[in-house]
Amino acid sequence: MNLLRASLREIVGLFLDDEFLAAAALIVVAAAALLIKLHVIAPLAAGGVLFAGCLGVLLTSVWRTASVGRR
Amino acid sequence: MLSWTSESTAISAAFLASLVEVVEAFTIILAVGTIRGWRTAVAGTLCGVVALIAIVAVLGPALGQIPIQWLQVVVGILLLLFGLRWLRKAILRYAGIIALHDETATFTAETAQLKKAAWQQPSRLDWVAGVTAFKAVLLEGLEVVFIVIAVGAGHGMVGPAAAGAAAAAIFVLAIGCAVHRPLARVPENMLKFGVGVLLSSFGVFWTGEGLGISWPGNDAALIGFILAFLVLSLLSIRAARRAIPEAAV
Repeated sequence: MNLLRASLREIVGLFLDDEFLAAAALIVVAAAALLIKLHVIAPLAAGGVLFAGCLGVLLTSVWRTASVGRR
Repeated sequence: MLSWTSESTAISAAFLASLVEVVEAFTIILAVGTIRGWRTAVAGTLCGVVALIAIVAVLGPALGQIPIQWLQVVVGILLLLFGLRWLRKAILRYAGIIALHDETATFTAETAQLKKAAWQQPSRLDWVAGVTAFKAVLLEGLEVVFIVIAVGAGHGMVGPAAAGAAAAAIFVLAIGCAVHRPLARVPENMLKFGVGVLLSSFGVFWTGEGLGISWPGNDAALIGFILAFLVLSLLSIRAARRAIPEAAV
């Protein structure tokens, strides 16, 4: 049971570390999907939102941690 | 037919990402072998490998049942989460905000823990040491399996990705057997940075394809994503370094 729990924790830990980063990346993907599904913009433009959004999420996450300072 | 860009990127991404995980498993196996002898270490390792093969054999065929578009979205999102996480951590380590990972420290800690177990439960030490090696192989191996699926499943490149991961395991084992020391000189942060750039780019590419986006230049768009992530990440290392004194004041 301990091994199973450790395995699950390890697998979840592969994808989730900084909660902000994970949540924001998922929101960007959901936003791009909605923009395409609701025909708000062309799929390629939604691709731009996806790409720029992911870069923005990364930068924001780094900046948030950096501004707290050295650990 | 698979393009050279996708195939070579899948192989190198799986190789580099798996290298990091295999080095971590090797450090623990080495600690077990050093404290309790190689029979226990090898037995625990083999049990871990067999358990991994069983998991892959049971779950692997299920992947083929998932429609390719769904698979691309799910795999793309997993790659994004995995890649962005590694990239963020590597940037913060390069900027000096979080400490670098130290395999020698891990080896020392594992060795101390096994010595403590030997003192507390001498009769059970073989069992404890074997389970330690088993857990290391199973847990790090599961990560390698996820890496192979994430890198390869979206475009039918599980084969090349698995070959990259296998090459990493053979490479680490060969060097590890030769030097008999924790592989502390592997530039882990550089690997994580490079793999983070590759996987984040793959993540954007496949999530987009799964959502029905036709990227300009098809697979060539990947190169653009890789360059953009690389340049922005390098710039953010500099920016984060400058942010430290301000935060410390």
